[in-house]
Amino acid sequence: MSLAEEEVKAVKRPRATLRASTINLSHGGGGKAMHDMIDDVFVGTFDNALLDTMEDQARMSLADLALHGDRLAFTTDSYVVSPLEFPGGDIGKLAVCGTINDLAVGGARPLYLSCAVIIEEGLEVEVLRRIVRSMAETAKAAGVSIVTGDTKVVGRGACDRLFINTAGVGVIRKGMNLGVASARPGDVVLVNGMLGDHGATILNARGDMQLTTPIESDCAALHGLIDKLLAAAPGTRFIRDATRGGLATVLNEIAAASQVGIEIIEKDTPLREEVKGFCEILGLDPLYLANEGKLVCIVPAAEADAALAALRAHPLGAEAARIGRITDGRAGRVVMQTVFGGSRIVDMLIGEQLPRIC
Amino acid sequence: MKFVDEFRDPAKARSLIGEINVMAKRIRPSMNRPLYIMEVCGGHTHAIFRYGIETMLPEEIELVHGPGCPVCVLPMGRIDDCIAIAERPNVIMTSFGDALRVPGSKKSLLTAKAEGADVRTVYSPLDALQLAKANPDKEVVFFGLGFETTMPSTALTVLRAEAEGINNFSLFCNHITIIPTVKAILDSPDFQIDGFLGPGHVSMVIGNEPYEFIAGHYGRPIVVTGFEPLDILHGIWMVLKQIDEGRSVVENQYRRIVPEGGNAVALDAIDRVFELREFFEWRGLGSIDHSGVRMRDAYARFDAERKFTMPALMIADPKACQCGEVLKGIIKPWGCRVYGKECTPETPMGALMVSSEGACAAYYRFGDIEKIRIRRAEKGLDKVEPDVVAEVQA
Repeated sequence: MSLAEEEVKAVKRPRATLRASTINLSHGGGGKAMHDMIDDVFVGTFDNALLDTMEDQARMSLADLALHGDRLAFTTDSYVVSPLEFPGGDIGKLAVCGTINDLAVGGARPLYLSCAVIIEEGLEVEVLRRIVRSMAETAKAAGVSIVTGDTKVVGRGACDRLFINTAGVGVIRKGMNLGVASARPGDVVLVNGMLGDHGATILNARGDMQLTTPIESDCAALHGLIDKLLAAAPGTRFIRDATRGGLATVLNEIAAASQVGIEIIEKDTPLREEVKGFCEILGLDPLYLANEGKLVCIVPAAEADAALAALRAHPLGAEAARIGRITDGRAGRVVMQTVFGGSRIVDMLIGEQLPRIC
Repeated sequence: MKFVDEFRDPAKARSLIGEINVMAKRIRPSMNRPLYIMEVCGGHTHAIFRYGIETMLPEEIELVHGPGCPVCVLPMGRIDDCIAIAERPNVIMTSFGDALRVPGSKKSLLTAKAEGADVRTVYSPLDALQLAKANPDKEVVFFGLGFETTMPSTALTVLRAEAEGINNFSLFCNHITIIPTVKAILDSPDFQIDGFLGPGHVSMVIGNEPYEFIAGHYGRPIVVTGFEPLDILHGIWMVLKQIDEGRSVVENQYRRIVPEGGNAVALDAIDRVFELREFFEWRGLGSIDHSGVRMRDAYARFDAERKFTMPALMIADPKACQCGEVLKGIIKPWGCRVYGKECTPETPMGALMVSSEGACAAYYRFGDIEKIRIRRAEKGLDKVEPDVVAEVQA
């Protein structure tokens, strides 16, 4: 047990109960309603000693942090997904996994998260409870604690049901120096599995298309997978989770920052038949679809086989693939060899990806 | 993916390319210039770039990317009108997604939406009709655009609105028709196209007969072609074969979809709801006689142009824009004065930069321009280009 937890161990007090069935402005008013909501829905569910002190800040022992490495990693991300719940996850799971991943791809061990929510009046308490439970379960499974937070309630129309911000603190292991500018010609590009599942799921779940495609979000915390990868391929240059903007965007960021060319092979790029079909119907390019449990990593050619084997040995990397390589071609340019035998440029997306009409 | 992968088989592509190479090399010497083949349809343009088909063709063949992107050719005045309707307080404007970014003279529908207009993306005009039923206190307007491909579904929606007595639905009709525009290109004095890939989806509705004049009167082969990469290579192969054998006829590569006589039910729906306009304005090409349709008087109450007042101004294309010359194949996109400078997909000035089906946007996004320029310079193909480059640099 850490020092911080010992200090607060003694404080166990009765939990308040939130009785309302929908959130209204009084739950943001600073009075009893707000206190009941925070204590019952959030503190009770996240259930950890650091949070339970109800101080205005979480207090973390530097000595404990230093056990994990020599640099602090600190990140933040906001989540505004609609619908709040979708096949394969919900906004809460997303908010925990996303911030864990942002820490982990830098070679950090994720340790502590914050949770700030902005709730639109009228949100059903049952929905809020489900989402907070999902955050707690995801955090527990990932071995991180949600140790501080904030809640605000806004009037109807001022936000879309529920927005969540999570910040995260992790510690970077000694000697680990991953960087977006460190890709070198000859390096290999790997991904840990099927691309575009999350983006396709969300578009489908919005219900505009009325397609009954069985796709689930790939939402997952990747730090365990990254541990295995870095152990097998310590020379790994760079890892990034391919979230908004998808694979194409990450590759363009790497090509620009490292001043290298990147060549990817369309036929080696893992895509589910359902996602391919979905994109085919709507005129979307799956390379730009968001992922929430997929990473792109650049490894030196000599470690590529070991890296791929390590990814494939993990449940979140079973369908990992080698999709291309870093070249000394034109700096900043990503080129794809198409399934058909031609080649084309894969550029940054301009604007939002809108379906073509015919 | 079943019924798709079969049409993307690289081994079959290689064997077609081999035969295309042989024919192109045999035909080229008698022409003393590259063979120009125009794909009329924006769907073809998109597929050509998506699969890198230009990078696979021999340099004897140049693809000219035609006027068949209905989003690209919408003139700014019509976008302004659409925005004027959308900004009325009681209106829900519905549109296909890719029309939202098209710039009007001041803004796009996307900007109007950000400023508060109720603009929604739909995937079918029937979705717009559903919205009208669900919001009886609102006026729901569908921004109808496209060639004969999308015309039938719009017409059927209007017919259903009539049958169901839904009076808060109307259509802002910007449907256009491809044949008069192809004819305008054929009649243009600087015309130099040797053969055409005909638009597969349009032909599924109108059939193959309307293209006879291209093969007959103008003596140019035309092959109605599908949208998978092998379809396109096969279409090019069929055009070359006609040229090689000295023939010019209408052929149908896309038999699995396109019936010779078109689709009678669809044509009937179009005919019931729409009639030809005297003329319609095209971005990049100007006014072309009988190239657009409007709603017949019988459906006036579903016609947004009659239901709402709007500015209805004609707004000239920017002077520097050379879309017309690119559309006719006189210059390549990068030969345009403003390509990639003032005119980019984020800030499109001209029609062809607007949608991903426009030739300029496709080159900008997918095309390896430097590689193409170097190859063309080596082959001594470009005469226009150095002047333009010099002009831009000066």
